[in-house]
Amino acid sequence: MSLAAFQDAFAHALLASREDARAPLASLVAQPAFAVYRNTVMKSCVDALEANFPAVARLVGEAWFRAAAAEYVAGEPPREPSLLAYGATFPAFLAGFAPAAELPYLADVARLDRCWSESHVAADAPVLRAQDLVGVDTAVLADAKLEPHPAARWAFFADAPIRSIWSANRGTEAPEGEIAWRGEGVLLTRPDSAVVWGALDAGACTFLDECARGGSVAAAMDAALAADGDADPARIAATLIDAGAFARLVAPATDRAL
Amino acid sequence: MNPLTAGLGLKPQHYEEALACPAAGLWFEVHPENYLVDGGPRLRCLEAIRARHPVALHGVALSLAADHPPDDAHLARLRALAVRIEPAIVSEHLAWSAWRGAYYPDLLPFPRTSEALARIAANVGIAQDALGCRIAIENPSHYLSIEGHDWDEIAFLGELVRRTGCGLLLDVNNVHVSAANLGFDAGAYIDAFPGEAVVEVHLAGHSRDPLLGDALLVDSHDAPVAEAVWALHERLVARIGARPTLIERDDRLPLFGELLSERERAHRALAFDLAEAA
Repeated sequence: MSLAAFQDAFAHALLASREDARAPLASLVAQPAFAVYRNTVMKSCVDALEANFPAVARLVGEAWFRAAAAEYVAGEPPREPSLLAYGATFPAFLAGFAPAAELPYLADVARLDRCWSESHVAADAPVLRAQDLVGVDTAVLADAKLEPHPAARWAFFADAPIRSIWSANRGTEAPEGEIAWRGEGVLLTRPDSAVVWGALDAGACTFLDECARGGSVAAAMDAALAADGDADPARIAATLIDAGAFARLVAPATDRAL
Repeated sequence: MNPLTAGLGLKPQHYEEALACPAAGLWFEVHPENYLVDGGPRLRCLEAIRARHPVALHGVALSLAADHPPDDAHLARLRALAVRIEPAIVSEHLAWSAWRGAYYPDLLPFPRTSEALARIAANVGIAQDALGCRIAIENPSHYLSIEGHDWDEIAFLGELVRRTGCGLLLDVNNVHVSAANLGFDAGAYIDAFPGEAVVEVHLAGHSRDPLLGDALLVDSHDAPVAEAVWALHERLVARIGARPTLIERDDRLPLFGELLSERERAHRALAFDLAEAA
């Protein structure tokens, strides 16, 4: 048997749910010890998902989580050697996972776990500070672009207090009091070493979306107002800068930092 | 600088103690796959450790035994990490884990045919060229009786060294586990292993399969090193002398102090041999 044929048969058997007596390597796969490989592969994948989605695991409990994760693994095994990134489609899987139907917010909580992971490993970059903008002419500022920091992640959830649910299940402290059921946004940043997060309203979220698209500061301010008529765009910009959401202010034409 | 004696796997929950530990000859090993990131605190911790102690990179996912070349992108990221960390040793496994676009997080076996040897030698060559350094290849743990070997493992590894100039990482626990599972003599394997090529040694704990008990030992890295493995290590050092030796514990982690005690036992044996040789 060629090496490639061996590897085809072995890999197929690793994730197969049923043993096929007619498959190549059937007698090898039937050895009790084959289970060691099958179990190790599954355990490593499920362990990685549990590490990457801790708020989800805390919400549903270990047994439920690991069973759901095992189903995900069978359908979507890792495609990359770094398990830190495994599970990009796990939130979407949870959204369509029938046993999770009673927890419609679970997929969104998973999305925030994913945001945290992405922020945690994002490239290092200096954070734009308010003092960096001192002396920049207002007209120049309007046309310039605020470049989001590589470790900045944000989302707005109109229908449920996802940030509160996620945050309460992220740390080791018990959640305080009851969570009011209304929409919430969240901004994650990494201004120092650790990933931190705070509340984000719809206007600020839209502001960031526009900045991420490469829109100017003026365009971002307009977008924020369009999303929320009561927004104070200048205040939004200042708050986001203070939170460490941006890496640079760049001149529109040259794309160089101001 | 102190020569490397006994080392420990670097675990996030022990970062601060690892950083502060003043033990002579101490070094740390990590799986590079856990550090192939663009930035952030994880990498910063590793660099802080590296500023104080030598660090070795022990890859698990390069899949050198797969019947295709190693992934270019993965090699490039490994190289970038190696440039940043300046590892004392770079190692990988005689195993495959990536196949047709999927990654199976384990170290998978293969029949030791001449075809496999040619492929693995080519892959080791590609990896050494890309990384700009010699890599050490680790002997596997065996659970399955596989048919179709053209080469015995010792001869296979010896030939791999001859063709590529690579080093070897002798995992003594893997020898003990494999010998028990396949029915060969662990002592004879240790005695026959190509000594000059050994760049690093691993010692680890193992466990019994929950269903099959003693009939199937598992290289679980979740227990102290067994006395039989210490004895094999002593036998090895008596023949080839001291080499950097890692105490591998990956699961059911005890306190750092307990790992340090285990490490101390290996360190004493190695330091004694180094003193004798001097």
